[in-house]
Amino acid sequence: MMFKRMKPAAFWPLLGVVVIAAGCGHKTPIPAPPGPVSPSTTPTGGNGKPAIEFTVEPATIDRGNSATLKWSVSGANYISIDVFGAVQATGSRNVSPYDTITYHLKAEGTAGTSTAETTLTVNPGNPAAPPQGDNGAGNNPNAGLSLNDRISRQIQDAFFAYDQYDISGEAQATLTRDATAIKSILQDFPSATLIVEGHCDERGSAEYNLGLGDRRASATKDFLVQLGVPAGKLRTVSYGKERPQCTDATEDCYAKNRRAHITAAP
Amino acid sequence: MKKITVLALTLALGSFALFRILDAQDAKININGPGGQPALAVIDFRGSGAAQAQMSAFNGTLFTDLQTSGIFKMVPKSLYPLQNPQRPEDLRPASGQGMALADWAGSPVNASHLAYGYTADQNGTLVLYGYLNVTNAPGSQPLLFKRYFGSLDEGGARKVAHEFAADIIAQFGGASLAGTKIYFVSSRTGAKEIWSMDYDGSNQKQLTFNRSINIEPAVSPDGTRVAYVSFAKGTPRIMVMDSSSGRTLQFYNQQASLNSSPSFSQDGGKIYYSSSVSGTAQIYVADLDGRNFRRISNSRAVEVEPKINPKSPGTMAFSSGRSGPEQIYQGNTDGGDVQQLTDGTGEASNPSWNPDGVHLLYAWTRGYAQGAFNIFLMDTASRHYDQLTSGAGRNENPSWAPDGRHLCFMSTRTGSAQIWTMLADGTQLKRLTTTGQNLSPAWGKGN
Repeated sequence: MMFKRMKPAAFWPLLGVVVIAAGCGHKTPIPAPPGPVSPSTTPTGGNGKPAIEFTVEPATIDRGNSATLKWSVSGANYISIDVFGAVQATGSRNVSPYDTITYHLKAEGTAGTSTAETTLTVNPGNPAAPPQGDNGAGNNPNAGLSLNDRISRQIQDAFFAYDQYDISGEAQATLTRDATAIKSILQDFPSATLIVEGHCDERGSAEYNLGLGDRRASATKDFLVQLGVPAGKLRTVSYGKERPQCTDATEDCYAKNRRAHITAAP
Repeated sequence: MKKITVLALTLALGSFALFRILDAQDAKININGPGGQPALAVIDFRGSGAAQAQMSAFNGTLFTDLQTSGIFKMVPKSLYPLQNPQRPEDLRPASGQGMALADWAGSPVNASHLAYGYTADQNGTLVLYGYLNVTNAPGSQPLLFKRYFGSLDEGGARKVAHEFAADIIAQFGGASLAGTKIYFVSSRTGAKEIWSMDYDGSNQKQLTFNRSINIEPAVSPDGTRVAYVSFAKGTPRIMVMDSSSGRTLQFYNQQASLNSSPSFSQDGGKIYYSSSVSGTAQIYVADLDGRNFRRISNSRAVEVEPKINPKSPGTMAFSSGRSGPEQIYQGNTDGGDVQQLTDGTGEASNPSWNPDGVHLLYAWTRGYAQGAFNIFLMDTASRHYDQLTSGAGRNENPSWAPDGRHLCFMSTRTGSAQIWTMLADGTQLKRLTTTGQNLSPAWGKGN
């Protein structure tokens, strides 16, 4: 729009600058400006049911970027978001999913339950090319990496909702990528065996959490096996709440501990 | 017609009111039985010859053991008469100075029972002559008379005091805590290991040394074996050890990623536990060495913590997620007749049976946030329950003492996990541990 108001004399140098800039051989595309906020489907409320505001901003991102999920609920005494489990009435969370995903929020109040959802669209985008010519190892990004390096860099934790062991939402996407990485790792390290650990947050009893962590590990292993990872290469163990990766009494830390984590067998 | 209607209405309202009173969840559960507490006076024993030097230790131990039992209303020594009998022969029909039983029965002492006696040095051995009388029957024979022997030193004096106190307590149907042991988990060495200690927190002793994760101790009814869960071989497996030496005994674990929650049957011949061999943690029973195992529970939910009813070996309590959040259930050891004991709110775990087979301790988050457990006590016959701790930190893993009156539990009320004991009415609250994190106590007979 700025071009309309500009004096013709100013236009040509500006165009020249743009042309020069475009001709620099710079391969990284200019990041898109933040998109519009995706509105939530707010219930038409009334009759005392909880009122929900649930948004993700921006509503569209390129893969590899993040967005902020924001919510504000009134009139509820139990609020949960499908990928996080129980949450506070008001909050926000950074998310960076791999694929387009719809988040569902459920708010239970004394007069009834309201739900809302919001969708974050992920564009595969145009990622930058990886660096070339890495000390004679060609284009192989795995060159020189040990088994533990490969695992810690290329296999990510899958997370669970409170008291649940089903693989859903983001966990499915994560484990799908993990399956690909695991198959590649097992090809490069044919004698390796991997261990799928199941963990829980600190709130339930230690005894029950051993059982719940065991189910999380099994469910994760089953998911990976369905995607072609050899079952004999995956062992499972539950640590219950014995090996938390953080110890704060916060929703954030609880969510981080409700995980399946993969390591190499010693 | 009218009179009958009024009568019926009154009866109905009266029953309703009575039902409401019985139904009140704040009704105190009384495990002491009817009759109230006997009021016990215990003289300061004196010793002849070389025994006298040990009497301070003796009297302190005797009074503490009797007071700790929770059975007696201990009459303060400041109310006692000036003179104390040492033998039944010292008793007079009427004294006024303390040499007649009536002096102890009347004001200001108002004791129902009197414990008295003396010690002596008998050829280098400490001998205790101990007597127990009722005070309201002048000239009556002692309920209890016994001689006790010990070494002529402080250790011997404490030993005979413990024994005399235990016999007095047994006279009233109770059991002394002296000699009982608490097995627990401690992280003070940098890793969770199994430890033991006396009922009062003394003699804390490390039993496992594998530097892995060792949790969930359980003690056999005769006090000779301790079962626990260890990650020493990679996955959680059940181990059994001799309780005094820590020596490992054989236990066959099923081929599963998880074997946990061991507990002993009342006759000590079986171990109940949870195993994920079917894909989900389910309850099994096996011989003491793990052989001849048999599945008991039958659901697709996580089920842990089987605890056999001490009076009813065909019944067990256990924790299960079969209705969603963890709750406590009761069922037969053939897997049938499963009933939910806790009402579905919050999460409930850690059931522990009183020796009477009726009263059940457990941890429950009812009324508090997720994870904020308190100790509860339920009469499983009526399903009425009491809340025993009130929201200070997390309070979990209650375990009855063998006397069926005291319990130990873990509490984080001071900022770290520590082991506490108390009477089931909430009194005599006492902290037993201070170093590191200490949790999951199991109270059993001495070994």
